[in-house]
Amino acid sequence: MATYRDLLAQTKDEISEVDAAQAGALAGAVWVDVRELDEWQEGHLPGAVHVPRGFLESRIEQVAPDRSQEIVVYCAGGNRSAFAAKTLQELGYEHAHSLVGGFTDWKRNGLEVVVPRTLSPERRTRYSRHLLIPEIGEAGQLKLLDSKILLIGAGGLGSPASLYLAAAGIGTLGIVDADIVDETNLQRQIAHSLDTLGAPKVDSAKRAINALNPDVNVVTYRERLTSENIDRILDDGWDLIVDGADNFPTRYLVNDASVWHDIPVVHGSIYRFEGQVTVFKPKEGPCYRCLFPEPPPPELAPSCAEGGVLGVLPGIVGTLQTNEAIKLVAGIGESLVGRLLLLDALAIDFSEVRIERNPDCPVCGDHPTITSYIDYVEFCAR
Amino acid sequence: MSVVRVPPVLRAEAGGAREVEAQGANVRELLEDLSIRHPALGSRVYGEGELQSFVNVYVDGEDVRTRNGLDTEVRESSTVILLPAMAGGC
Repeated sequence: MATYRDLLAQTKDEISEVDAAQAGALAGAVWVDVRELDEWQEGHLPGAVHVPRGFLESRIEQVAPDRSQEIVVYCAGGNRSAFAAKTLQELGYEHAHSLVGGFTDWKRNGLEVVVPRTLSPERRTRYSRHLLIPEIGEAGQLKLLDSKILLIGAGGLGSPASLYLAAAGIGTLGIVDADIVDETNLQRQIAHSLDTLGAPKVDSAKRAINALNPDVNVVTYRERLTSENIDRILDDGWDLIVDGADNFPTRYLVNDASVWHDIPVVHGSIYRFEGQVTVFKPKEGPCYRCLFPEPPPPELAPSCAEGGVLGVLPGIVGTLQTNEAIKLVAGIGESLVGRLLLLDALAIDFSEVRIERNPDCPVCGDHPTITSYIDYVEFCAR
Repeated sequence: MSVVRVPPVLRAEAGGAREVEAQGANVRELLEDLSIRHPALGSRVYGEGELQSFVNVYVDGEDVRTRNGLDTEVRESSTVILLPAMAGGC
């Protein structure tokens, strides 16, 4: 019966072993680190991909679909990688090589190593269901943790958005709202509760966010957004705005500021059973003024307080906005830029219309005529 | 006849209907026909040969402003959406 030493010696006879210089000369080679996660996290070769030995057979095709390409596998000392190279041979890889001396010799010889940024064990557990999705994974989760999203309004749309963004691990959430929590809010504004009746909505939302995920840094702005304060708030550096405002002057103000500050806006609006969702991304698609150059007359623009809203509707629309926000931050999927999603909860009908940038738009067009803040209340009352 | 989707804020003008029917080979003809069938609704969105500036009109998902405006073709099978902005986030 063969011992480990016998098997190792036999395997090394059957595969190609290369040293660092020979490996470096292999054009277009894929470098595969077959060590365990904790070893990888302490440092690895630059440009290497991590495929633990136990997953080699099942995952190698994802990183090296072409069986004729050069592959350099390495471990700590060159033994596990010898067995890995043998396995690759058996899988039909024609040019699999094991790095002699592995990571240990590489490092000892003073060659470059990379120490990856990684999630702590606590975060790895909390976000494990994200980490399992190939489109997000550790790199995507780190992007979410590094991101800063500003919520306009902590009401119907802002409630579900703030909670799901917090749960997703967005690093910093800013919330702008001047209101206090009242009983009529609780039919839909799930970030608030009986315990916070009478409290400022920004404080109530912060409490709910941190109860769910204390990792999130919450920045509160207990003020009504105006042309006087918006530049100061946006200068705090936001990657994205989630707009859940409840009036037209604020919608147009947010639009103009977002174009001038070059910040994408995930837009959502609701009334009774119906909602609209889109993404306005400066330079890549239309802005709110391209879509709606003018607001409707006041009698055709009732607020939820006047016309009502189905309690779950902001939940649906606010989570659709959150979905857009997470995709934009993680840089995955197809966004709603250039598409306006219309939903009717009563008929449970989702439809979509195409929206285009207007070259004559007064704010984002080729020859803008509005280049500083206007009187938005007056503009919307005309 | 084409289907015309009525936004919630204008349903009172259409007897509460979510959708109505109207006929026309292009948007202008369709809105003129709509104004005869549903005068209250028609007058809110169209008057003196012009579309009200706060209402967007989509024919089969395309904004008529990016097509041929009121001359944009409408088919029997078309769905026409009348869409003013909604502000609510409340």
